[in-house]
Amino acid sequence: MSQTNIRVENISKLYRLGEVGTGTLSHDLNRWWAKMRGKEDPFAKVGEVNDRTKKSDSEFVWAVKDISFDVKQGEVIGIIGRNGAGKSTLLKILSKVTQPTTGNIKLKGRIASLLEVGTGFHPELTGRENIFLNGALLGMTKSEIHSKFDAIVDFAGVERYIDTPVKRYSSGMYVRLAFAVAAFLEPEILIVDEVLAVGDTEFQNKCLGRMKDVSVNDGRTVLFVSHNLPSLKAICQRGILLQNGQLVSDGTINDIIEQYSSQHLAEEKMVDCIHYFSENLKIVELRVNGNDRNTFSLEKDELNIYVKMALKIKTPYELDVHFKADDFFVASYSNFVRNDSPTLEPGVYEMNYKIKLPELRSGKYKMDFYFTVPFASWFAILTNSVIVDVINNKVSTFLTHPTLNWGRILLEGDVNTKKID
Amino acid sequence: MEIAEIKQNENWTEVIEPRTHFLDLHLKDVWRYRDLLMLFVRRDFVATYKQTILGPVWFFLQPVLTTLTFTLVFGKIAGISTDGLPMVLFYLAGITLWNYFSECLNRTATVLKDNAPIFGKVYFPRLVMPLSIIVSNLVKLAIQFALFLCFWGYFLGTSSVVHPNVLMLLFPLLVIIMGGLGLGFGLVITAMTTKYRDLIFLLTFGVQLLMYATPVIYPLSTIGEKYKIFILANPMTSIIETFRYSFLGTGTFSWMMLGYSFLFMLVVMFFGVIIFNRVERSFMDTV
Repeated sequence: MSQTNIRVENISKLYRLGEVGTGTLSHDLNRWWAKMRGKEDPFAKVGEVNDRTKKSDSEFVWAVKDISFDVKQGEVIGIIGRNGAGKSTLLKILSKVTQPTTGNIKLKGRIASLLEVGTGFHPELTGRENIFLNGALLGMTKSEIHSKFDAIVDFAGVERYIDTPVKRYSSGMYVRLAFAVAAFLEPEILIVDEVLAVGDTEFQNKCLGRMKDVSVNDGRTVLFVSHNLPSLKAICQRGILLQNGQLVSDGTINDIIEQYSSQHLAEEKMVDCIHYFSENLKIVELRVNGNDRNTFSLEKDELNIYVKMALKIKTPYELDVHFKADDFFVASYSNFVRNDSPTLEPGVYEMNYKIKLPELRSGKYKMDFYFTVPFASWFAILTNSVIVDVINNKVSTFLTHPTLNWGRILLEGDVNTKKID
Repeated sequence: MEIAEIKQNENWTEVIEPRTHFLDLHLKDVWRYRDLLMLFVRRDFVATYKQTILGPVWFFLQPVLTTLTFTLVFGKIAGISTDGLPMVLFYLAGITLWNYFSECLNRTATVLKDNAPIFGKVYFPRLVMPLSIIVSNLVKLAIQFALFLCFWGYFLGTSSVVHPNVLMLLFPLLVIIMGGLGLGFGLVITAMTTKYRDLIFLLTFGVQLLMYATPVIYPLSTIGEKYKIFILANPMTSIIETFRYSFLGTGTFSWMMLGYSFLFMLVVMFFGVIIFNRVERSFMDTV
C-alpha cells in the first residue's frame, strides 16, 4: 500500500471583496479588539459561500471552504471546477503562497509549484543564468541544477540560444525553457496550474508525457489543474470537483469529468434562449440527445433533436441547424435543400430529427437553430447561445489543442502503401 | 495495520497552518535557499548595468558626482565647516556610508510590493529577498569604499591633515550595524506598506530628512548644545562619527554611543524580522 503524502483537513480561506485599503484601519481595530477579548473574528462570520454570480451584502467570501482530502504517493490528481470555484486558491495555499484562514495541510516531502511558467525569469539574463535563477526559485540547489543542466537544455531545445538574454527569445522558446526547468525538478509533490495552455502542441504533448513519467516512474505526486479535459483524462487517475469553493465530489477522473460536464453546462434551458420574430410559433421543448440545456458535451457523431411546438397558422415549415466553430459555419442541416418542405396545419407537433455528423475534432462548437418559413422568413432563431463541447476520443490527443491549424472536420480515407524499392 | 498508519502519520515533514508561533522564523529554510540569495545578488548586478555604456563605472561615478555636488553646495556656497579636512574626503566618507544605509533601507522598504508578482507565484522564504538586497549593497559598498581608500591614501601621502588610528578595525562592525538598521527599518516599513501604502510617500522624504539629521554634510562639532541631543539620538550619528574619527582623525568617538547604536540595531532587527514574518504569509491577499 502506498502511503499518504498530502493530507488536507478542513481548509478554508476567507477573502475580502471590494476595495482593500479603504476602511481597513477601522476593521483592523475591530478585529484586534475582538481578539483581545478572546472572541472570534467579527468579520469571519459574515462570510458566505462564494457564488460570484449572485449579489450579496457581505464583503467577505469563502474562496474555499472546508476542503478535506488525502493524496497518496504517486497519484496524479486533477482538480476541476469552473472559474472562481477555488482551484487556484487551493493550490496557492498548498504551495504556501498564501495561508489558510482555518484548517491545516500535512505534507510529506518537498513541494514545488508551477503556478506560472517562467516566474522570476529576468529578461536581461541569459538562458543559462535564468535556468539557475528559476531552478533556485523553485527550490533546487546549485549543484542539483548543474547535474540536470544538459537535460533541461535538451528538453527545451534551445541549445543555440543558451547564452543569449531571454528577452531575445521567441515567446515559444521562453515557455519551453521555463517548463523544462520545472520538469526536471525533483520534489516529492508537484503542483501544476494551467501551464499547458501555452506552447505548441508538440511541446504540450512532451510536457504531458513528462508529467506522466514523473508520477509513474519516479513515484511523485502531482496535483494538476486544467480546463483542458482531454489532457486531464490523459494523465490523471483521480479527480476532485470544486464548486463555489466547496469540494463537491472526489472519484475517478472519468466520473468527475462527466459530472463536471453535466453540471458545468447546466446553465440555462435552450428554449429560454430562443428569440422570436413571430407569435405564430411557440417552441415548448427543445432537446439535443436528451439534453435541454444550452451547453452540453457530445461524444457521438449523431444528433437526435427533439422539438415540441405549437403552431397557430398553416404554413410551410423548416428547421435549419448549423454547427459553427470560431464563428465560421462548419456544417449545416436542413431538409429543404433536398426536397420540398412540408406544409403544416395549425396544432401541436412533436418532431424528431436524426442528423449524422461528420467526424469532428474535439473542441467547442456553437449550434444555431433557425425555425423558418423556407425562402421567406424566420419564426424564431436560437443563435450563439448553444455551446457544444465535442469530445472525440477516437483520435490522438494531439488534436485537442484549440489553436492547432487543422480542419475541424476529420476526413476518412485509406492509404495503399507499396514498397517499390 | 492501524499502528502502522498512525506511525506513518507522524512522519509529516511539513504542516501548513493558519497561524504559527511568532518566533518561528524558518531560518533553516533561509539557509537552504542560500544559492537563491546569491543568484538574486548576481541578477541585481547584471540587470542594473546591462545596456549602459559605462556599466560598472557607475558604481564609482555616483559617489564622485554626489561628492562634487556637496563640495560645491555645502562647502563652497553654504560654507559649512569640515573640521579642517579636505572637503572631498570629508563628504566622500559621509556619502559612502550613508549610501549603503539608505540603499538598504529604501530597497528593503519596498521589497514586498516590488516583488509581489514573484511572491504570488512561488514560495521561498521571503526573508531571502531583503537579505539579498543587503548583500548586493554590501558589494556596492566594497567598491565605493575602495574608491574612498584611493582618495584617503592620496591625502595621507601628500598632506598631514589625515590622522588615522587603530579604531579603523571597527569598520566591519559599523557596516554590520548599518546593514542591520537598514534591514530592520526596511522590514517594518515594507510590512506596513502592504496594507497602507501611505508610508511609501513618507519614505523618500523621511530618508532625506534623516540624512540631514546625521552628520553627513556637517561635523557633529558644529551642532549647538540645544539640538545635539536630537542628532545624538539618531543611531546613524555615532557610526559616521566613528568612521571619520578612525580614518580621518576628526570627530568624536565614544564606546557608549556606539553601543547605543548597536543595541538600537538589535531591537529594530528583532521587531523588523518578527513583523515581516507575520505579514509575509498573508500579504498576498492585501498587497
